Amino acid sequence: MSESISPAIEPKPGHRVPAPAVHEDADHGGHDEHGHGAGPHLAHHFDTYQQQFDAGKLGIWLFLLTEVLFFSGLFCAYTVYRGMHPEVFVYAHYFLNTTMGAINTCVLLVSSLTAAWAVRNAQLAQRKLLVLNIAITIACACTFMVVKFFEYQHKFHDGLLPGPAFHPTEQVWELDAFKKKHPEAAEYAEKLTQLAEHKGDVSAVAGAIDLTRPVTGKFERPTEAQLEPLLKAGVIGPAAEDTTRPSKPRNAHVFFSIYFFMTGLHGIHVLAGIGVWVWLGIRANKGQFGPKYFGPIDYSALYWHLVDLVWIYLFPLLYLIH
Amino acid sequence: MAAPSTTVDVVAPRSSGSDNYLTHDKGVLSWIFTLDHKRIGVMYLCSVLTAFALGGFFALLVRTELLTPQRTIMDHDTYNQMFTLHGAIMVFLVIIPGIPAALGNIIMPLQLGAKDVAFPRLNLASYHLWIVGALFMLSSLAINAVDTGWTFYTPYSTTTSTAVVPAAFGAFILGFSSIFTGLNFIVTMHKLRPPGMTWFRLPLFCWALYSTALIQVLATPVIGITLLMMIVERTLHIGIFDPMLGGDPVLFQHFFWFYSHPAVYIMIVPAFGVIGEIIPVFSRKRIFGYKFIAVSSLAIAFLGFLVWGHHMFVSGQSVLAGTIFSAITFLIAIPTAIKVFNWITTMYKGVIHLDTPMLYALAFLWVFTIGGLTGIFLAVMSVDVHLHDTYFVVAHFHYVMMGGAITAFMGGLHYWWPKFTGKMYEEKVGRVGAALVFVGLNVTFFPQFILGSRGMPRRYYNYLPEFQPLHVLSTLGAYTLGIGFLLTAFYLYKSLKSGKTAPMNPWGGATLEWHCSSPPPYYNFHKPPVVTAGPYDGYENLMYDETISGYVPRKEKIV
Repeated sequence: MSESISPAIEPKPGHRVPAPAVHEDADHGGHDEHGHGAGPHLAHHFDTYQQQFDAGKLGIWLFLLTEVLFFSGLFCAYTVYRGMHPEVFVYAHYFLNTTMGAINTCVLLVSSLTAAWAVRNAQLAQRKLLVLNIAITIACACTFMVVKFFEYQHKFHDGLLPGPAFHPTEQVWELDAFKKKHPEAAEYAEKLTQLAEHKGDVSAVAGAIDLTRPVTGKFERPTEAQLEPLLKAGVIGPAAEDTTRPSKPRNAHVFFSIYFFMTGLHGIHVLAGIGVWVWLGIRANKGQFGPKYFGPIDYSALYWHLVDLVWIYLFPLLYLIH
Repeated sequence: MAAPSTTVDVVAPRSSGSDNYLTHDKGVLSWIFTLDHKRIGVMYLCSVLTAFALGGFFALLVRTELLTPQRTIMDHDTYNQMFTLHGAIMVFLVIIPGIPAALGNIIMPLQLGAKDVAFPRLNLASYHLWIVGALFMLSSLAINAVDTGWTFYTPYSTTTSTAVVPAAFGAFILGFSSIFTGLNFIVTMHKLRPPGMTWFRLPLFCWALYSTALIQVLATPVIGITLLMMIVERTLHIGIFDPMLGGDPVLFQHFFWFYSHPAVYIMIVPAFGVIGEIIPVFSRKRIFGYKFIAVSSLAIAFLGFLVWGHHMFVSGQSVLAGTIFSAITFLIAIPTAIKVFNWITTMYKGVIHLDTPMLYALAFLWVFTIGGLTGIFLAVMSVDVHLHDTYFVVAHFHYVMMGGAITAFMGGLHYWWPKFTGKMYEEKVGRVGAALVFVGLNVTFFPQFILGSRGMPRRYYNYLPEFQPLHVLSTLGAYTLGIGFLLTAFYLYKSLKSGKTAPMNPWGGATLEWHCSSPPPYYNFHKPPVVTAGPYDGYENLMYDETISGYVPRKEKIV
């Protein structure tokens, strides 16, 4: 942030008038670089490396606080909509690829480890290890983005887009994720669909949903295992878009609005992080960091942990809904 | 005790030819890419004053339109655009950056005894962001000016045909500018205090800026994400706020006011800081209740986060929520009153000098007290249901924002003008300007209290004929304000050209900025100051020297 300065304002030791009456040295005992021409990475308005590092550290913590609050608006919107429309979230989560999400979680966790390790390398002036750890961090971040790219591509392909663009190509009960978890319900939804299509019998579905009503025709009363998952996902029941046949919950697209908004914003943060790490990798390769001056690595690692942490929350909130 | 508040060796006032921050580097680029907090502050000041002229121009157009109950000079759509631009410009481009980013940038590091802010490059970046944000916001004017009101309420903002996106994106960018300024100030005050500058030796202006910075850092990100969601809602129809798509428009109001109520304190708390500097200096008396004034700024910042729901009493929120928001809103009256009482007590038995900055400070006390007390009316739920969205609300927040924040800004501008320009303005004309502003703003906004309580709704283009006399009076007040500000602009500009050279300490202040030459040297202090006393101690050890028209340390110290 402010670790180096342009030549125009390079500190000139001569500007400090020698002052016998001023007791400044007493307050900075032990820092022999003080007052004798700052080091190469000490900005003119700081007296010591320690002061510069502390300022940067407080600065980055405050910045992370603003980041948390920035994301909090979205988490808040998530909470409100999940509270109001739980069925939308149950419905939509079947469409997400939990394996890919889990892989990405692991990838980011590893990158957080290497980022933290890089701080230690910088402090111990282990130049090669530092560059290596930064490289691994960048590689993990890129892997994350590649996986995310394929996930997005899949969603686009399947019509899982926010707002009026939301036209899913598959019904939720046709998905493997749903079938695997609720085979009986999937079968039952299929059966109801056929019934509605062949007979156009509105009452059949209506009767199937309402457990208190007498069963009409040759239709059998559904079991809990058949009905419950469909009701919870808004495929049938009061939240469903269509009352005559199994369908999807009203405003299911809002989930994908939130999904793309949150993961997209997170992705932008990952990209920004890649940029920062590349820049730091180049500087590390030049051997600019050492025990006196390792602030930028430390701050960037903190930022990176936050990016990781946001994902740690996003993964269960979006992918692991029950 | 050493004179007056520090042991810094008083540097002899330098002749005007010597090196200072204004003459240190030459050329336009040396300004645009400067890392010096004073130059950045001056650039902010010029930009904010330009925006103020523009916002004021729109205000005069709005008031002129309201001279008659029917069409006067513009059609109703243009009218909607004019009051929106007036509000958005004044809030986002003038009042929020006015005191902290402009005056604060120039003065705070000097008062602190620091060489610069903690992150000079971030400081410059925040100014550049401000310019980009302002350009976005004004580009809306060129395309098809936004007409939503400065609040951007959904679902209107997501459906109107005007250029909402550039305006909202401008506000989004301006938010980051504000965040970075706040972050910079917090770190500066934590980490760059010189030896002896303890927290309770900080000038009250610094305390106010610190409290403001906390709000800037904690509240502004929320408006950022809210505006971003609104923009995406408008362009991609994601359905978070639009009820047609399953969204909740009241959620937008919650998000918006979660920022925008604390933002009200971003606007007014720095004003408190300025008043806390001016009153003791021009009363020649130590501030009364220093710690209470300092901590009450923090209390206001804290409570400010818990009251946003009082903007939404009629939005359908639960009565219980309304009651809690109402009760916490009342609490804010306590720290605010602590400040006002302490300022008045400071003046008691002081030797009051009615110079221009003090006139603005006195105007502030009068006007802000009216603005604050009418806020209590609006915090009462039953009363608010009647007064909501009427001119009473308009009058209330103009008394606080214009009468409070802008008056204090003008006071601070006059108080520190000699310091950062090195020139004295014409004192007598300054007093006339202050009087015009004071009279103008009361004549403009007091009738609006009456209009509002009689049922005149805000933002209306047409109104019932019986409201006309008060509207005409209000418009005449607005013209008076306009003349007052034009006069001020004129004599301040003239002082730059032909003003007398300012002494180091024209008003007899004891805070550290008055230990620098006027204008200050590039590095602020030739050697780091060591602070041994509070910011308002030692007025008795200063005496007025007529040969330089400024204060100098007394030869024999009064113990």
